[in-house]
Amino acid sequence: MSDYETFTHDVLVIGSGGAGLRAAIEASAAGVSVAMVCKCLLGKAHTVMAEGGIAAALANVDDRDNWKVHFADTMRGGQYVNNWRMAELHAKEAPDRVRELEAWGAVFDRTKDGRILQRNFGGHKYPRLAHVGDRTGLEMIRTLQDRGVHQGIDVHMEICIIALLKDGDRVVGAFGYDRERGRFKIFRAKAVVLATGGIGKAYKITSNSWDCTGGGHSLAYHAGAALIDMEYVQFHPTGMVWPPSVAGMLVTEGVRGEGGILTNADGKRFMFDFIPENYKAQTADNEEEGWRYTQGDKSARRPPELLTRDHVSRCIVREIKEGRGTPHGGVYLDISWIRKRLSNAEEHIKRKLPSMYHQFKALGDVDITRESMEVGPTTHYIMGGVHVDADTQMSDVPGLFAAGECAAGINGANRLGGNSLSDLLVFGKRAGEFAAKFAKENSHGEIDNGKIDIYAREALKPFEDSSGENPYSVQRDLQEVMQHNVGIVRDESEMLSALDHLKTFWERATRVGVTGNRDFNPGWHTALDLKNLLTVSEAITRAALERKESRGAQFREDYPNKDERFATVNTVIRKAADSGMEVRLAPLPEMPDYLKQVIEEMK
Amino acid sequence: MTGQKQATFKIWRGNTSGGEFRNYTTGVSEGMVVLDAVNHIQATQANDLACRWNCKAGKCGSCSAEINGMPRLLCMTRLSELPLEKPVTVEPMKAFPVIKDLITDVSWNFRVKKKIKPFKPRPPDAPDGTWRMQQEDIDRVQEFRKCIECFLCQNVCHVLRDHQMHEKFIGPRFLIHVAALEMHPLDTEDRIEELRNAHGIGYCNITKCCSKVCPESIQITDNGIIPLKERVVDDFYDPLGGFWRWLKKKSDR
Repeated sequence: MSDYETFTHDVLVIGSGGAGLRAAIEASAAGVSVAMVCKCLLGKAHTVMAEGGIAAALANVDDRDNWKVHFADTMRGGQYVNNWRMAELHAKEAPDRVRELEAWGAVFDRTKDGRILQRNFGGHKYPRLAHVGDRTGLEMIRTLQDRGVHQGIDVHMEICIIALLKDGDRVVGAFGYDRERGRFKIFRAKAVVLATGGIGKAYKITSNSWDCTGGGHSLAYHAGAALIDMEYVQFHPTGMVWPPSVAGMLVTEGVRGEGGILTNADGKRFMFDFIPENYKAQTADNEEEGWRYTQGDKSARRPPELLTRDHVSRCIVREIKEGRGTPHGGVYLDISWIRKRLSNAEEHIKRKLPSMYHQFKALGDVDITRESMEVGPTTHYIMGGVHVDADTQMSDVPGLFAAGECAAGINGANRLGGNSLSDLLVFGKRAGEFAAKFAKENSHGEIDNGKIDIYAREALKPFEDSSGENPYSVQRDLQEVMQHNVGIVRDESEMLSALDHLKTFWERATRVGVTGNRDFNPGWHTALDLKNLLTVSEAITRAALERKESRGAQFREDYPNKDERFATVNTVIRKAADSGMEVRLAPLPEMPDYLKQVIEEMK
Repeated sequence: MTGQKQATFKIWRGNTSGGEFRNYTTGVSEGMVVLDAVNHIQATQANDLACRWNCKAGKCGSCSAEINGMPRLLCMTRLSELPLEKPVTVEPMKAFPVIKDLITDVSWNFRVKKKIKPFKPRPPDAPDGTWRMQQEDIDRVQEFRKCIECFLCQNVCHVLRDHQMHEKFIGPRFLIHVAALEMHPLDTEDRIEELRNAHGIGYCNITKCCSKVCPESIQITDNGIIPLKERVVDDFYDPLGGFWRWLKKKSDR
């Protein structure tokens, strides 16, 4: 055994957002010892930024809602390339997971009869998002955090994992370092749950924080697990565009759920012009009906601003490209217009969207109760990730589980707003449950000290040459290339050029140098994170090249239509024997008849 | 980025064994916040400058520091509200031990929270296991639950900052946490005895510094600590009333 400090647990959870916390709570409740490691402080993970709410068919506001409607909405939003079993489990179990949060102390906004209030959101047929103003993620993470610490989970804060440790085919732990002093640590575990979130930092304009660098995707890939659906990166339609320092910062879909409208520089409400065929039956065709929907009129259909995110983003890009954008290159999102309809509009907006009011006032000098916001698409979420078994969340590698954003399947080609928080809860719980079960059925594996020495040596390499290239420069150049070449609108030549660039970035990453020592050194941390960013960037690009069609979040200018040949396949990325990245297409699991029937009924 | 306008930042660099202020000059663009400047300096001039941050939107409470002597979030402090003709001072919070540069050891806060009795709900109100609460009955609790755990209130509290009474007093953040639990309509736990003894609520003498620095504008003192102090006083110095409330609470369970 290497003489690095070693922690031994039954289950190790990597990541402390919603999925990681929920997994840790469940595993711990099953009676096994659980350690959770997080890159940041506890309670600061990116879940804290979630605004709109948790999608669950509680039917508190509209009693026509049930799991079947939620299932059908999720599949329609994902363009039917979702894993049907995950979509089914998600729709069925989300209500219990929300009620459980209330039992653990979460305080959701209320209906008049005292139940959990639900709000409208894009792609959801009925008001379905349990919420707390526009700070639902904070409520969720705090509730789980408080529950978790009292349950006896060992939390290791500010730890970065460099590699998963294997014994034969099985994952038996992880190797990393503490940010505070740069000391290496070994975490031995019978089962490991990845809950590391997203990849937004591979792009220049993103709603994600610094730590969303695809760590879990990359760890799984290098440990031999398959990644699927990596081409599907969600560009949220409404990020702030001005001032530059806040470009990309999220503006919740809740603004549109509460009646906010999108207009172009000519003042035209452009979303009415482009309603996709499969949404025509459930979308309002006039402004009056759209408004009535947002105010709870059950006979009204939802306004086109509440179409799915992939579609709204593309419409916004088109308005901007065709010269109808705002001075700072966005479109207008206006909630202040509801003053014409509601006598207490100002108070209503501040009550329903307090963070948005504060964010625009403090950072953009805009009073959203009186003025329009300028918004444009921002990299927000990746539908792709670690390929897992729908019921257990175990990856192709025994002992390695994944849940939340870093896992794939539930969302297909496009995620509906609000389905992320429910995904974290439903599949976080399942990952914890089955990781604990796996840990009970298996003993600890052997740690390969030779491998650990190699990882440690590699990790310290940036210190050998303090005059080496600045890791931040490589990161910045990578973000530029992904933003421009593998963004919302893609084509083959740009993506091939991105692959060339990525090749040079891989080389540059081996030559980076850092100054200073191992004590809390962000330059060093950035250098070590490059491998993650490069791995996910390459996976996104290769998968996007392989899918020669446009579907959901993937829009290819050179193949602008859907193609039946791709309607029933996932792209699968794997590390090949020669260490290169291998891409192939694999058939989707066949949906059983009873679910096909549900989809038919809900059309 | 215009790049023409420049500003100088006097940033504390050091560790447990000491340190000093160092000047860094960087360009200023419209809408910029102090965190942008710190990140830019880190990326271009001082890769090893340690600073915590996550959301950059005032929601995670990671980037707490002192800017020109004022406890603030780096991500919510606009350069346009600071006098840029002289250097902007950026230094770590003072109530906690420094680790490196702008980073302090806030682990004490996590240990304190673990000691507070958790939420304990009454039995569900409906057969399906759910509860009923009116919005007006949870408004106050929701105000307290806006807390982003930036610990700026802990940082300015003189009981902690000047008198270092971390072992006897849980500080405003956790008094608000207790208040959120105590005022939660479903909670049946009793934390009054701990408030008085282990949590040291008596040490707070209501100078309201905590409320002034709260980035979420939570009325920590007026809405949280004072009502808690009243409950403690009622329980300990009004025995008859205390007994009545105890009985009532018990019957609610």
